Amino acid sequence: MPDSLINDPVNPAVNPVEPFLRSDRMPSIWCPGCGIGTTVNSFARALIDSKIDLQSLALVSGIGCTGRVAGYVKLDSFHTTHGRAIPFATGLKLANPKLNVIVYSGDGDLSAIGGNHLIHAARRNIDLKVICVNNLIYAMTGGQTAPTTPEHSTTSTNPYGVFEPAFNLPHLVEAAGAVYVARWTTFHVRQLTRSIGEAFQKKGFSFIEVISPCPTLYQRRNKMGDGLDAMKFYKEKSKVRNGAPTSEVGLTMTGEIVVGKFVDRERPDYQTLMRAQYAESLGERFVEQAEMVCS
Amino acid sequence: MKADPRGVLTGVHFMDGDHACCEGALAAGSRFAAGYPITPSTEVVERFASRVPTVGGTFIQMEDELAASITLQGAVWAGAKAFTVTSGPGFSLMMEHIGYAAMTETPCVFVDVQRGGPSTGLPTLPAQADMMQARWGSHGDYEIIALCPNSPQECFNLTIKAFNLAEEFRVPVMFMMDECVGHMTEKVVIPPADQIEVVPRRHTHKPVDEYLPYETNGDLVPEMAHAGEGYNFHITGLTHDERGYPNMTPQIQDKLVRRLQNKILQAADRIAMFEEEQLEGADVVVVSYGITSRVAQRAIEAARGRGLRVGKLRLITAWPFPDKKIRELAAKVKAFVVPELNLGQMVREVERAAAGQAKTFAVPHAGGGVHNPEDILKVIVEAGRCQTA
Amino acid sequence: MQLTEIRIAGFGGQGVILSAIVLGKAASIYQGAYATMTQNFGPEARGGACSAQLVVSDSPVLYPYVIQPDILVVMSQEAYVRFGSELKDGGIMIVEQDLVRVSDLNKEIQVYSVPATRIAEDLGKRMVLNSVMVGFFTAVTHLLDPDAVRKAVADSVPPTFRELNLKAFERGLEYGTIALSASPSLAEEELQAQYSRE
Repeated sequence: MPDSLINDPVNPAVNPVEPFLRSDRMPSIWCPGCGIGTTVNSFARALIDSKIDLQSLALVSGIGCTGRVAGYVKLDSFHTTHGRAIPFATGLKLANPKLNVIVYSGDGDLSAIGGNHLIHAARRNIDLKVICVNNLIYAMTGGQTAPTTPEHSTTSTNPYGVFEPAFNLPHLVEAAGAVYVARWTTFHVRQLTRSIGEAFQKKGFSFIEVISPCPTLYQRRNKMGDGLDAMKFYKEKSKVRNGAPTSEVGLTMTGEIVVGKFVDRERPDYQTLMRAQYAESLGERFVEQAEMVCS
Repeated sequence: MKADPRGVLTGVHFMDGDHACCEGALAAGSRFAAGYPITPSTEVVERFASRVPTVGGTFIQMEDELAASITLQGAVWAGAKAFTVTSGPGFSLMMEHIGYAAMTETPCVFVDVQRGGPSTGLPTLPAQADMMQARWGSHGDYEIIALCPNSPQECFNLTIKAFNLAEEFRVPVMFMMDECVGHMTEKVVIPPADQIEVVPRRHTHKPVDEYLPYETNGDLVPEMAHAGEGYNFHITGLTHDERGYPNMTPQIQDKLVRRLQNKILQAADRIAMFEEEQLEGADVVVVSYGITSRVAQRAIEAARGRGLRVGKLRLITAWPFPDKKIRELAAKVKAFVVPELNLGQMVREVERAAAGQAKTFAVPHAGGGVHNPEDILKVIVEAGRCQTA
Repeated sequence: MQLTEIRIAGFGGQGVILSAIVLGKAASIYQGAYATMTQNFGPEARGGACSAQLVVSDSPVLYPYVIQPDILVVMSQEAYVRFGSELKDGGIMIVEQDLVRVSDLNKEIQVYSVPATRIAEDLGKRMVLNSVMVGFFTAVTHLLDPDAVRKAVADSVPPTFRELNLKAFERGLEYGTIALSASPSLAEEELQAQYSRE
């Protein structure tokens, strides 16, 4: 696509990210004011900026509102089972290391039903780029409590208020071994775009959390207004603290939202370690994995 | 197409069923396995973990069976032939992804080395009590293929067959071993690679702009593309149209689910494999599979020694169930005797297919060991006395 | 070769399973017969007791398990206590004579004793006691062709220990041949010999 088209200020009718989307599937199922589409915009812009080979990309989603991202991007895309986007993506990456594999899913999918896979993929340092859209609630099923739902907010399964503590996802994945950890809100579209681009440069398990509004369920039930109110809220409450200790970035219902790039470190990824181990132990008997296309 | 010689351990071996299954997978061209340790199946992946880096491939031990059973499917969509291996409790956890493989038509193999259940049951002792779970364990309507080896040699031969069927029909194939066969050591002959037939992926030859992931032409099995080839395809476990896009209308559901069933059912006769013996003129036919077929053989021979006319039908393919074969036999024989290491699973299928034309006798066993051949003999004798239905 | 059921039992580290593998290979690969080997798995197979079952025959082996062994090889007292009574009338019992005290036998069986561990130690490696045992087994049972067993030993052990294991096999074979040329001791005689030593 010509650059002139992408950044054409006089022709706003052309959406620059349109070539990355399956326009035959529009409109999307997402509600007015939902933040997921905003994150997809940032993702598409990051693809443009990074000049990454689109054919090398595979995008994997689990189940939920964010799980539908796989269905809207014009890439090899996999809408898998609930919680299992990461292990599916692991199989793609290990069988074809040339692929750039993105996991794009929601907070409930990745950290509740898929929580075990999340920490183990981070521990192994599988070379995956995980974009976790955190709307603080189970939205597709109608507003139930998620592991990320802040205490004292109300959900359909905690109608008298959530009393169980929430996960601090950046802290969790850093402890498990992620090499790149960042958090933004859907208010921070440029920063988010930049972070996704940075994650593409990293080899290893990268995790970007995007705080995103669910006006239909979380906002409404907690009297937090609509999508625009969410943007105002994010703008007001967000504090950019790059390098902040992840132990200090837990979210509360109305408190500060610490955003920024928290972790950017080097650790050899799973396949690098695997090859090194085999080469050392097996010497000449080690055979590098050939391309697995068994056609 | 012939097997890649790098994966074929040509020679004569004294090997157990678990190891033979691994060699079968390698001979079939599998270079990817994801697993989770569970007795009595672990030896399959232990051997794969040791062998695969010397032939170019990957084994990963996942955090649980849920992960293992979907990781392998990611590998398939990247071009690999892949499998996982488990036993009862792990097989239960894998059900979700057997459904996903059926729905997305991901060719792959699930090996289940059956042990006694329910729950943790008998980790080190045999059963054949997952037969119905293999067929019906995931929700929704779908068909799978299931094979039952009865020796280490068959663990090798039929694992190759399992991969071939998976590729031919784009279906998850259940490889239903049992603890006895898995842990039994016998001579296993592995032929040269050029004598091993391997079915390649049904990869599309269409240009990118003409390819639809779930378009079929006549034989009901669509062509595949792999991630990274530029097809920009979409795969989902939701009900989908030929483009692979979610489309949740009753019409699309009907069309899709019927095709998923019919691609197997219409080929059932071609898929069916048996071992038959003295069926002609038999009064009683013993229907068995897996380890029980070997135990039953003793009883069959003892019954013949007493002058009874006893035939043997060993099911090598358990699913799709060979209705036609049982129906044909039911018209000629007095009774079927079905010994199995469960309290009555495949016997129901025999009874259903016989449709009252012949009587059906179960010889149940709760597992933990194999039948005493005497117990099978008693039922054969009883069945021989019964009046024709 | 008639259908013959064999149980080999001892404790972990004695090469019980390997012995069964060698004999099974000899029968099925080098002698054109059939063999099925099974072993006990699970918690009971860790550490202490260890047992392998082998069924050999001229025709394909169907029923894979040993119901009543024709030949019992015992390499520990525990194994003797656990399996001694199941031996078929007229069967053969082979014992590691330094580790097993034969008593309470009321069947007509033939007992052959060999100090397999000591012989292995004399050769410099206790580890090869299973090859001594296999050699002795070959000599006293006449079940398998010594050449077939020799080949099976050679291809079942790591190359660096091949020579030593073959040597151990020959020593066991030799010991068995001598034991056989002396009149085979019936259980009673063996018992008496035991008592007279005390």
